[in-house]
Amino acid sequence: MALDSKTGTAPRDFKIIGTRPARPDGIDKVTGRARFGADMSAPGMLVGRVLRSPHAHARIKSIDSSAAEALSGVHAVVTRADFPTPEADVADILDNCMAGEKALYDGHAVAAVAAASAAVARQALKLIKVEYEPLPHVIDVDAAMASGAPALHEGRANETVPKGHSPNVMARHAFGHGDIDAGLAQADRVLERSYRTEATHQGYIEPHACLASMGADGQADLWCCTQGHYMVRNTCAAILGITQGQLRVTASEIGGGFGGKTTVFLEPVALMLAKKTGRPVKMVMSRAEVLRATGPTASSSVDIRLGMTSEGRITAGFAELRYQGGAYPGAPVDMGAMSAFAPYDLENVRTIGWDVVTNRPKAAAYRAPGAPMAAFAVESAIDELARDLGLDPLEVRLKNAAREGTRASYGPTYPAIGLEATLRTARDHPHWSAPLGPNQGRGVACGFWFNFGGDTCVSLNITPDGTVNLSEGNPDIGGSRASMSMMAAEELGIPYDKVRTVIADTGSLGQNEVTDGSRVTFAVGLATIEAARAAKREMCKRAAQVWGIDEEAVIWEDGAARPSGPNAGEHPPMTLAEIAAIASNTGGPIAGHHEVNAEGAGVSFATHMVDTEVDPDTGAVTILRYTVFQDAGKAVHPSYVEGQFQGGSVQGIGWALNEEYIYDDDGILQNAGFLDYRIPVASDLPMIDTVILEIPNPGHPYGVRGVGETSIVPPLAAIANAVSASIGTRMNDLPMSPPKVLAAIQAR
Amino acid sequence: MVQVTIWGSLAAATGDQTEVEIDATTLRELLDGLAARYPALKPQLDRGVSVAIDGRIYNDSWFTPIQEDSEVVLLARLKGG
Repeated sequence: MALDSKTGTAPRDFKIIGTRPARPDGIDKVTGRARFGADMSAPGMLVGRVLRSPHAHARIKSIDSSAAEALSGVHAVVTRADFPTPEADVADILDNCMAGEKALYDGHAVAAVAAASAAVARQALKLIKVEYEPLPHVIDVDAAMASGAPALHEGRANETVPKGHSPNVMARHAFGHGDIDAGLAQADRVLERSYRTEATHQGYIEPHACLASMGADGQADLWCCTQGHYMVRNTCAAILGITQGQLRVTASEIGGGFGGKTTVFLEPVALMLAKKTGRPVKMVMSRAEVLRATGPTASSSVDIRLGMTSEGRITAGFAELRYQGGAYPGAPVDMGAMSAFAPYDLENVRTIGWDVVTNRPKAAAYRAPGAPMAAFAVESAIDELARDLGLDPLEVRLKNAAREGTRASYGPTYPAIGLEATLRTARDHPHWSAPLGPNQGRGVACGFWFNFGGDTCVSLNITPDGTVNLSEGNPDIGGSRASMSMMAAEELGIPYDKVRTVIADTGSLGQNEVTDGSRVTFAVGLATIEAARAAKREMCKRAAQVWGIDEEAVIWEDGAARPSGPNAGEHPPMTLAEIAAIASNTGGPIAGHHEVNAEGAGVSFATHMVDTEVDPDTGAVTILRYTVFQDAGKAVHPSYVEGQFQGGSVQGIGWALNEEYIYDDDGILQNAGFLDYRIPVASDLPMIDTVILEIPNPGHPYGVRGVGETSIVPPLAAIANAVSASIGTRMNDLPMSPPKVLAAIQAR
Repeated sequence: MVQVTIWGSLAAATGDQTEVEIDATTLRELLDGLAARYPALKPQLDRGVSVAIDGRIYNDSWFTPIQEDSEVVLLARLKGG
């Protein structure tokens, strides 16, 4: 049972929603038929390669590409000089794709070549002479904020930054309400701690790849691996100085994104090479390029002050968060500052966030951008204070949990939310009371994410044989083709396998927001339901025409139009297939479409519980057991919801235990490969157990909330709390790699 | 008149007021009214904001209605991954 109206007033039983049909892309992906970013080719295609800076920070004094251009098989070299002067809103994006006056990080693109083969392209890169003037660099966020730190930019700070700060500080954000000092004065105990997290990469398995072509008439086509091909179109058109209508972008299958594919890297460069050569150009990044030059998340340094009564009531919470987001402004510290205390009902709460630049690759979004680091600090502090006071850390969270009517730490008053339900379910779950052995500990933490909707456009077409084609404009990362097919089938009253959902190119549908913000099942689902309802209205009209009655006297029920009401008369139902078969005779093709800026996405909460065991001789941490409790609003396809819970948890496990960017003294990345940048693999993990809670979102016809991001927010703290319990001393710096844990054990 | 809550670091642009009143019945009127009355807010409004109206978050829908007794909170522009 869930809701079947935007106002949440009409409960209904579902037939397809909540079941677990086979995914429509599964066979293609296991047989190799699915085409990813690097799988597209074109006649006459050239190979594009990028020359990258070997310096962390350097002025580019000159670039001489004459020798490369003279090499047989080389068709073109591009540098920043080939691009038009960009508008302000894409200036940093272009500078990140192709450096201008300075190289700002190790791996920053400085030139690119298009050649007849990869071997020739590699040879050509060696012939491009770049004269650099190396400059002092800064990698660490606190060092970048210090007086006298090497400055990446001058005069880029916005109006929120008080005078006197390092030029690397780009923005300051403050949120909260109440009086922190008064709240701390009411506490029986006050905790002050500092926490650090390292930059981690989204770790998608498929590297960035694209194929670009542009005709002499300026009409361009781009095939690429992205979370949002409309964003790629709009951004590339702005950078190249062409209209959006001239550029058609088709999204390939995508081997993971997690936020990291919500911007462009290769695409404008490939288009410029295609323009210059008049030939299609394909570009594919190596793993090292992905790690050196695409977006990891921000690293953080956070100070917390927290007051608590001896009964476990939090009297005040203060956090100062410093995030470095790489070489350009925009570290997600505003999101961190808004979400840090969001799970709790606090009278006195304040957060201050500092957005800082360093000589690292520009941070990209990563699942709930900015929230995991903030939650790590806040949830660690709550846990330490609760344990110090001899209180149950889960009960302390319940005692302070935000609920309907709570004024959120970031301002608004919450409507119905699911945090309390996740905590109560966690407390009553067998995991919470299971016995632990030596060197083992249990941790718990909560997490929050906003979720959003945005521009969405779908088209649903009834074929003459009564099957249905649904076109949406969001790349399918987490199973959206299955979810959309299910929602269309549910609404039309036909079997799931009668609906095929495809991802349309940018020329076929109106603007669609990127696949991010946990928006797709919510927003595209909402549009799909409305498109199906439009098609049903048309089919009822056609049936009314056939029966010679008013269309108001026809309803749609169980996949068929049926006469309804006292004056409708007796007519046998007409199924969707029967109406489709005579569509030409009744007015032509039947379709439904819906276009909307979907607002009203409901916020999401989760509680995670984890058991760890630490090897006292090596410091190695084993995850023994892990359970996720999260509110999904309504789980359309529960297996995909569980997959999102599990995936976020696993990425959090990597962030907590192993993953980090390691730089040498020259600011050069030392671990640009999966052997040295270690993400968790299946053999590192137990089965991640999941408990789906369903507190319907009144903003969606079926009650759906986004689930893709919240699951990465609690793991960092939950695991740190478990490891701290395992070894009897707090772990406040991530990652908790074996040397760090061993040092903490030895320092006890 | 609608009462609008401004987040902390924007208060410098509103004379240190975290609650301001704007004559508005829609989201567009609200944003236009804020920019007109507090020109120092304009840089942030141009960078983008989200607005929570009675607990629900809106981004760009100009004609979203706002009631006089609605709770209206200006938020940093939400970003997702």
